[in-house]
Amino acid sequence: MSKTVISLKDITVSYDGEQVLKNFNLQIKDGEFVTLLGPSGCGKTTVLRTIGGFVAPETGDVFFSEAKITDIPPHKRELNTIFQKYALFPHLNVFNNVAFGMRIKGKKEREVKEMVTSMLELVNLTGYAHRSVSQLSGGQQQRVAIARALANEPKVLLLDEPLGALDLKLRKDMQVELKKIQQQTGITFIFVTHDQEEALSMSDTVVVMDKGEIQQIGTPTDIYNEPQNAFVADFIGESNILDGVMLEDFKVRFAGHTFDCLDKGFGRNQPVDVVIRPEDIDVISAENSQINGEVTNITFKGVHYEIIVDVAGFKWMIQSTDFQEVGAKIGLSLTPDDIHVMKKSEYSGSFGDYSTFSDEMEEDMILEEEAAESKEAEIEE
Amino acid sequence: MKNKSKILSAPYTVWMVIFILVPVLLVAYFAFTNKSGEFTVENILHVGQYSNVFIRSIWMGAAATIISLIIGYPLAYIISKMKAKTQNVMIMLIMLPMWMNFLLRTYAWMTLLENNGLINRLLGLFGIGPFEMINTSGAVVLGMVYNYLPFMILPLYSIMTKIDNTTLEAARDLGSNSVTTFTRVILPLSMPGVRTGITMVFVPSVSTFIISRMLGGGGNLLIGDLIDLQFLGNAYNPNLGAAISLVLMVLILLCMSVFNQFGDEEEMEGMLL
Repeated sequence: MSKTVISLKDITVSYDGEQVLKNFNLQIKDGEFVTLLGPSGCGKTTVLRTIGGFVAPETGDVFFSEAKITDIPPHKRELNTIFQKYALFPHLNVFNNVAFGMRIKGKKEREVKEMVTSMLELVNLTGYAHRSVSQLSGGQQQRVAIARALANEPKVLLLDEPLGALDLKLRKDMQVELKKIQQQTGITFIFVTHDQEEALSMSDTVVVMDKGEIQQIGTPTDIYNEPQNAFVADFIGESNILDGVMLEDFKVRFAGHTFDCLDKGFGRNQPVDVVIRPEDIDVISAENSQINGEVTNITFKGVHYEIIVDVAGFKWMIQSTDFQEVGAKIGLSLTPDDIHVMKKSEYSGSFGDYSTFSDEMEEDMILEEEAAESKEAEIEE
Repeated sequence: MKNKSKILSAPYTVWMVIFILVPVLLVAYFAFTNKSGEFTVENILHVGQYSNVFIRSIWMGAAATIISLIIGYPLAYIISKMKAKTQNVMIMLIMLPMWMNFLLRTYAWMTLLENNGLINRLLGLFGIGPFEMINTSGAVVLGMVYNYLPFMILPLYSIMTKIDNTTLEAARDLGSNSVTTFTRVILPLSMPGVRTGITMVFVPSVSTFIISRMLGGGGNLLIGDLIDLQFLGNAYNPNLGAAISLVLMVLILLCMSVFNQFGDEEEMEGMLL
């Protein structure tokens, strides 16, 4: 089996007295495509910079193939970074940017030339060698940055939101390309992003982070199908998250009814969070269903419709290819496979209701705001 | 659109014609005429006899420029790495002496450097000296460095603050230690500032006359003094003065273009390395 290439042990990092990483532990296997995923400020970039050597942890150690590298400066680490803003050298042309690292290491000019040529080929920039980097588009600059990093033949490549500045179409293309490069070269990629779709489609392993802590580590399918808490369920894809009670193994009660499920190992009558993905819900006629409600909103999304259904005050989201009339009474059908039960966490209750999605709700809120504003105005007068 | 910008730029064009173009043409006119207004190249040929003054001026100007660069470059770099607030304070401190009158500042150096000036008296307390500091070429170079150093620091500082920190991180990431990061990234990226700084110190240093008169005594006559003598001194000869000015202008232009050529090559070399 592949061995661990990077390992972080009990890393703590603070900026201006605020803890960004708390006792952070992570092992990354050789040749893996690992993504650190989380909202801004969750500490994912700090993890990357700690590995790269640009942030010194207060406590804890960084290991590279079993060797401690905590105190080794960035230029002596056998890894390379692709920076968010590419950070190309503006005074050098494409060729010399890519050649930079090799020349620092004192490689022969013939080798350098060969390597640069093959790297530019890898990133589809053959023929651009003598262009100035300022003449390149964002996507091209990004490719130069990739070529520049890979030319050093790093064991590990760190990528800090490298696709963040590109437009959607280009981003999708680059995702495919990066994945291809990773598979061709076999280099370990540690990729930072806040885009959950990017994380799911590219990675072997996804590390979901929030507030400087790991929320869940797993394959993209695990993370999506078996989220460990409400944060993960909400951050990755869309989820209906309901309060429930685990009656016994394979039996959970929520939304006023008891359902069969595939989860076990909870205590009797233990309060839980229940996750139901919008695309797993089938729409049936209201009479035949335990859960039924009124459609309050429907949005066409291209592949499917996004339907918001009010079931006794809780707004569910359903993704369905069938159109439903707003105001129609419909029933929701769930199979045991659709239900995922999670332990309660600090995130319980803060996610999972789609109230803000309904127009009605928005109108209510606007009306309330206006009322409040006019009241304030009156008081001021 | 084009018309509009033409109209808007008209006042500047007029200004430049009156205050730059016309004076330069007048200098050229005087340089090539004699006292009775007839065309002659005698003035220009005459300039040759002052070649030692020219050499001294350029030599001292170059020395002052190099010293300013040696002092100014690290200082500008250090300031650009400070916290934004400290940066403002430091820049203000550098500008502060410039708020004081140029003559006054140079006078102050006279009292410091005199044979029984402050420095010598202070050294005398320890039984050292006195040294002869005033009226030496060293004092003149010191005066130039002191007065024109801010013109070196400011352009360097402004270009250095523009160097993106992630670029430096990228260099380190690619294996550069602090020395190679400096030689391969910081130095080439700050070259435009170096060039501006050198121009802004070299040009006024070469043509100064107050500094050399006050700190250099009689033995350190510079081109500026020479020109001054032709217009206001007892050697009164505006035509020769104009000729010297013209030659000086050409010499400075030559120096700068040679230097810029050299700078460009340096940059090119940096690219190839």
